[in-house]
Amino acid sequence: MTFELPLLVLLVMTAAGAILVKDLISAVFILGSYSFALALVWALLGAVDVAFVEAVVGAGLATVFFLLTLFRTEEKDTQIRRPPMPWAAFVGLPLLALLLLYGAGDLPAFGDPTSPASVHISPTYLENSVAQTRTPNVVTAVLMDYRSFDTFIETIVIFTGGIACALILRRGRS
Amino acid sequence: MVELLQTLWQRPNFVVFVILFLWGFYIMAAHPNFVKKLIGLYIVQTSAIFFLVAFSAKDGAAVPIIISEGVVDAAAYANPLPHVLTVTAIVVQVATLGVSLALVSSIYRKYRSLDEDEVMEQLE
Repeated sequence: MTFELPLLVLLVMTAAGAILVKDLISAVFILGSYSFALALVWALLGAVDVAFVEAVVGAGLATVFFLLTLFRTEEKDTQIRRPPMPWAAFVGLPLLALLLLYGAGDLPAFGDPTSPASVHISPTYLENSVAQTRTPNVVTAVLMDYRSFDTFIETIVIFTGGIACALILRRGRS
Repeated sequence: MVELLQTLWQRPNFVVFVILFLWGFYIMAAHPNFVKKLIGLYIVQTSAIFFLVAFSAKDGAAVPIIISEGVVDAAAYANPLPHVLTVTAIVVQVATLGVSLALVSSIYRKYRSLDEDEVMEQLE
C-alpha cells in the first residue's frame, strides 16, 4: 500500500503530460511512459499478466504505431496549438466528476475479498484449475481453456484490424 | 461531505479513474488535433481497464499462480477473471488504435494536415 499513492500520482502526471505537451512526438513518448506507470500499478495490484501485456502491447506497439504515423508528417503539423476550454466543459466536467465520485460510496471497498466480483465464478476457477487443466497460472488456464472460444474470436478481431489497416493504407490505383 | 471524502480516501484508484476518464474523454471530444484525440481515446480505454483491474485486488493476496498442492484458498489469490478479460481488451484496444491511426494517416496523405479545422476548411 505504501507504493500505491506515489505510483498513482505518477500515473496522473504522465497522463497530464501526454495531454498538455504541445509537441506531438514528445506527447507520444510521454504516453509510452504512462503505459509503463500503468503496468507498474497493475503489477502492484497482483495482475502480472495484464502488466506484461500493457508493457509490451500498450507501451511498445502503440508507441510504434503513433510514431509510424507521425514520421510521415511535416514538422509544422506536429507543433500544435492548445485550444481554449469552452465554458460548457468548465461546468459539465466537474459536475460529471462529482456525480461519479458520489457513486463511489456504493462500490465495494478496495481490496475486499468478499466483493461481488470476487465471490461469483472466480473462486471456482481458482480452486479447480490445477486439477482440471494442469496449469499453475490461473489466468492462462481461463484464457486458453475455460474461455478459449473467447480468445479464438479475439484473434479474428485482430485479423480484421490488420486487414482494415492494409486496405486503408494501400497505395496504387485509386 | 466528510463521509464522501473518507470513502474517496479509501478508494484512490477510483479517484484516479475518474480524473483519467473525464480528462481523456474531454480531449477526445474537444481537441482539434487528430493525434491528440487518439491520445485521449487511449487514456479513456486504459482508465476503464484500470478500473476493472482494481476490482480484482484483494488485501494480502498473491498473484494468481498456484504453486502449492492440495486445496486452494480462493481468498489468498487475486481474482483472475478481470485479468483475463482485460488482457483481451488491451490487445483489441491496440488493434482499434492501429486502424484509427491508419485512417489519420490516410487523411494526412490527402489533406496534408492533422488539424480537424484545417481539414474542414478544405472540405467546404
